[in-house]
Amino acid sequence: MIRPPRLLAAILLGVTVLSAQAQELSIGLSTPVTTMDPHFHNLTPNNSIAKHIFETLVHQDEQQALKPGLAESWRAVDSTTWEIKLRKNVRWHDGTPFTAEDVLSTLKRIPNVPNSPASFAIYMRPIVDAKAADPHTVILKTREAHPLLPNDLATIHIIPKKAEAMSTPDFNSGKAVIGTGPYKFAEYVSGDRVVLTVNDKYWGPKPAFAKVRFRMITNSAARVAALLAGDVQMIEAVPTADIENLRKDKRVSLASVVSNRIIYLHLDSGREKNSPFVTDAAGKPMEANPLRDARVRKAISKLIDRNAIASRIMEGEAKPAGQFLPETFHGTSRKLTPDKYDPEGAKKLLAEAGYPNGFGLTLHTPNNRYVNDEKISQAVAQFLTRGGIPTKVEAMPSAVFFSRGSKLEFSFLLAGWGAGTGENSSPLRSLVSTFDPKLGNGAANRGRFSDAGVDALVQTALTTIDDTKRGIMLAAATEKAVGELMGVIPVHYEVSTWGVRKGLAYKARVDQYTLAHEVKTSK
Amino acid sequence: MTVYVLRRLAQTLLVLFVTSGLVFGGLYLVGDPVEILVNPQADQEERARTAAALGLDKPVLEQYGLFLKGMFAGDLGKSFVFGRPALEVILERMPATLELAFLAMLMSVGLGIPLGLYAGLYPDRKTSKAIMAGSILGFSLPTFWVGLLLIMVFAVQLGWLPSTGRGPTENVFGFSISIFSVEGLRYAFLPSLNLALFKLSLIIRLTRAQVREQALLDYIRFARAKGLPRSRVIGVHLLKNILIPLVTVIGLELGSVIAFAIVTESIFAWPGMGKLVIDSIFQLDRPVVVAYLLVVVFMFIMINLVVDVLYSALDPRVRIAEAK
Amino acid sequence: MKEFLSNRIAATGLAMLMVVIAIALFAPWISPQNPYDLGKLDLMDSRLEPGGKYLLGTDGQGRDMLSAIFYGLRVSLLVGAASGVIALTLGGLLGVLAAYVGGRFESILMRIVDIQLGFPAILVALILIAVLGKGVDKIIFALVCVQWAYYARTARSAALVERGKEYMEAARGLGLSRTRIVLKHLLPNASPPLIVVGTVQVAHAIALEATLSFLGLGLPATEPSLGLLIANGYEYLLSGKYWISMYPGVALLLTILAINLVGDQLRDQLNPRLSRA
Repeated sequence: MIRPPRLLAAILLGVTVLSAQAQELSIGLSTPVTTMDPHFHNLTPNNSIAKHIFETLVHQDEQQALKPGLAESWRAVDSTTWEIKLRKNVRWHDGTPFTAEDVLSTLKRIPNVPNSPASFAIYMRPIVDAKAADPHTVILKTREAHPLLPNDLATIHIIPKKAEAMSTPDFNSGKAVIGTGPYKFAEYVSGDRVVLTVNDKYWGPKPAFAKVRFRMITNSAARVAALLAGDVQMIEAVPTADIENLRKDKRVSLASVVSNRIIYLHLDSGREKNSPFVTDAAGKPMEANPLRDARVRKAISKLIDRNAIASRIMEGEAKPAGQFLPETFHGTSRKLTPDKYDPEGAKKLLAEAGYPNGFGLTLHTPNNRYVNDEKISQAVAQFLTRGGIPTKVEAMPSAVFFSRGSKLEFSFLLAGWGAGTGENSSPLRSLVSTFDPKLGNGAANRGRFSDAGVDALVQTALTTIDDTKRGIMLAAATEKAVGELMGVIPVHYEVSTWGVRKGLAYKARVDQYTLAHEVKTSK
Repeated sequence: MTVYVLRRLAQTLLVLFVTSGLVFGGLYLVGDPVEILVNPQADQEERARTAAALGLDKPVLEQYGLFLKGMFAGDLGKSFVFGRPALEVILERMPATLELAFLAMLMSVGLGIPLGLYAGLYPDRKTSKAIMAGSILGFSLPTFWVGLLLIMVFAVQLGWLPSTGRGPTENVFGFSISIFSVEGLRYAFLPSLNLALFKLSLIIRLTRAQVREQALLDYIRFARAKGLPRSRVIGVHLLKNILIPLVTVIGLELGSVIAFAIVTESIFAWPGMGKLVIDSIFQLDRPVVVAYLLVVVFMFIMINLVVDVLYSALDPRVRIAEAK
Repeated sequence: MKEFLSNRIAATGLAMLMVVIAIALFAPWISPQNPYDLGKLDLMDSRLEPGGKYLLGTDGQGRDMLSAIFYGLRVSLLVGAASGVIALTLGGLLGVLAAYVGGRFESILMRIVDIQLGFPAILVALILIAVLGKGVDKIIFALVCVQWAYYARTARSAALVERGKEYMEAARGLGLSRTRIVLKHLLPNASPPLIVVGTVQVAHAIALEATLSFLGLGLPATEPSLGLLIANGYEYLLSGKYWISMYPGVALLLTILAINLVGDQLRDQLNPRLSRA
């Protein structure tokens, strides 16, 4: 019985590994990275890592504005033909030069990755033909006019020609992970870490750190603890509960930005009657579906105190929303503002619509998908209940929620939408366009909102190359779909926050990517 | 005895078959994996492509039939999320979990039995009462809560131990093991303590109860009266007679510590099977969950078999016969 | 009873337990607020420090912690006791029966136990939520599912030992009926380890419910149990807003302490062998 205490002491007092050799950066990630294949699973954590090793033709800055990447320039020759000039003197990590052939190989591989659970083929669907005009020029043909081609290209990571035939396991083992990016692959341990080393021959600005270690710390409180303990120098997705305290903490600083993700409420505006979770005020089943009436939807919107949710539930980590995307994004409306908290106005609207005594609802919500999702729902239910619409909350893990939601089993649900392309057409097309598998519209329209005017505006905008004209159409569609008809009720935009140890600085990104090569030392 | 063991092994196959059906059906009821796996931006066409690529477009019974066919050929299917054979994904994570389980059991048995013996032999001493009261702490607070408290105290406040993660690993007979180095142990200490607390309390309490029970029985008095040295009475006669329920519970706990390190692994970012299975359950990665359950149920069967065989070794009066 | 009270610790435990049960029973009448009524909560009062209008502060939704703890106690006690008693009875009986009857019955039962032991609670809970939704009854069902197998194995092991003993031979020799032997002789004598495991497992059930809530698979958030309150407060542990999870934690600790102090004493007293001494 003498040994254990001594061993214990040895463990407790053993030499602490120096947390940061000036050369190494440790980052705590919030979601696991599941593969090293940049084309296998289209998921934020995977894409985030891929962006260190591989590059896209078009880059996006921290505000998702497009800027030259592996392509120096791009232009629409005519409405369906694009000419893309590639950067010269770029080399792959193994030393071979980067050419148009690599781009063509990438485009060939993407739709053909076996077993891919979420492929990048959605971004390539408009492309019908790809050719190399010379080693540094690629010509792309689209089926019809497709103004968002550069945005789509910003999601596609270019791999070398020789990797075209490589399998996903080849990438996971590191064998095929050869890119042009600022970092080179060093190690990947599933569920644990990814280690990268700097690419000295990178064509762009040199990263500040020679080595980066990404650690997957999915539990938020543990991630914050790791930052406070100095085990990592940077974390993503700082939980709202800790913001206030961290702001006061001298050891760390925070970087935040209003993200491209909106939290919204979807209402069953499809069913004429017998919506599954609508009852009368006393809780008995009701035949009529009040949610079909735009006035009722507007009333619900007016009952929600968005400022209270943003300040109390989100602790300031949210910005009240009046449309799909913050105004800085292309195609948003300048006119729409968040609906004011107005119980009186709501009462009037409800009476006008024929529901002076209100009715009952159940709000379904995921509880592990968005920041504080279940709590926001509770707060919404709180406001509606007080405003004369007694509302229950039913929370469930997203594994259950999205299946049931897509089967239209709910009447009233909370969800979120991040505009991956960085343009307003993305939510307009998926959330409020009429559900139409042929056109690929309304895929996430779980309330089956439908308005011919909105559809027409969105469809025309999607094929209008002129950015200004397209922007005007998208804004008009938003004003109709959200401002006038309340196809969805916007609640707020999430704020994304990163925490770094003092001495480091990060420019917060609206697309929520955590990019080590953008981390600077602030001394 | 040999016949008995062989019969048990034959039953194992049947049990595994039933397990696979239960999990398959259960997960089918939970939801559609496509909804979770696809990128939210995906349109209907991409959703259909995903379903087809993962074989989820077929009727569920046909999917199960295909799975069974693969299972008897030793192939448990490919993970939806990782795109790799499910069994490979699990076995890769197994050493990390076994390490934690081993350390946790070492702590709980190594401390629990002596403390329980003490509390049982001297029930009226203050120390014993303190041990018993302390043991209540061990099982009344949820693991996740205690886990974070441990991190806050030992990593954030005192800075003695790393907050999360697994230490450097070395290759031992083809497995990557981290607990053979002091550095590795420093990483493993808090999570295994977190995992051990509940088992420790249970073992203390069980040992004490058994000792109290047996110490008053005639054979112990007789042994004492015969003038056998106290240490021999305790070490041989007493211990031997309290072992059967203890071994059962230790067996159960060993199984559960391996299978359900889920919460501890999540909080301490420990890359083991528990962390894997909880992610897989929430992502409806059916092949991994099914394979995991098969592995774990198999493990329980083996542990329980060993325990049952131990019974008759410990106490010849126990005859394990079961089905004829 | 006299003997019970003469033990100061046990007496304290008993007093604590009475208070806890009284609070649980009378929660709706003694709570300052109905924490389950969303219309009564005020978001602007969220995360208030203890003292002032709210004695123990408020949680993130503006729920009075004191009321929430009173109501939560009720739910937790119900969940812990109900699932514990049902699982113990079911598992204990089946386990003893398996040991006594043996043969094919034992084989089949113990293999079912093997399967059940391998099933993680979160999987059982997730499936139940998908099929039945959330609720106290569903959580109890999930906990019974997870725990009965544990008792069954423990009871069987104890019964196996007892079965081989002389008094059992004697009972059989006397021509007593099977039911009588199992219920009157085997079960009581096999129960001591079962009771120890039982008292611990009731506490464990409450903690397990907290863990399920922590994973989003527990009770509805609008009807919090102590475990759910702790789980909700978890994220505030590092933020300095200690009251949101510390007070429910203390309440849970005291409750379980009381149950076990009383349980320990009862066990020592009711044990036929110990009282003979």
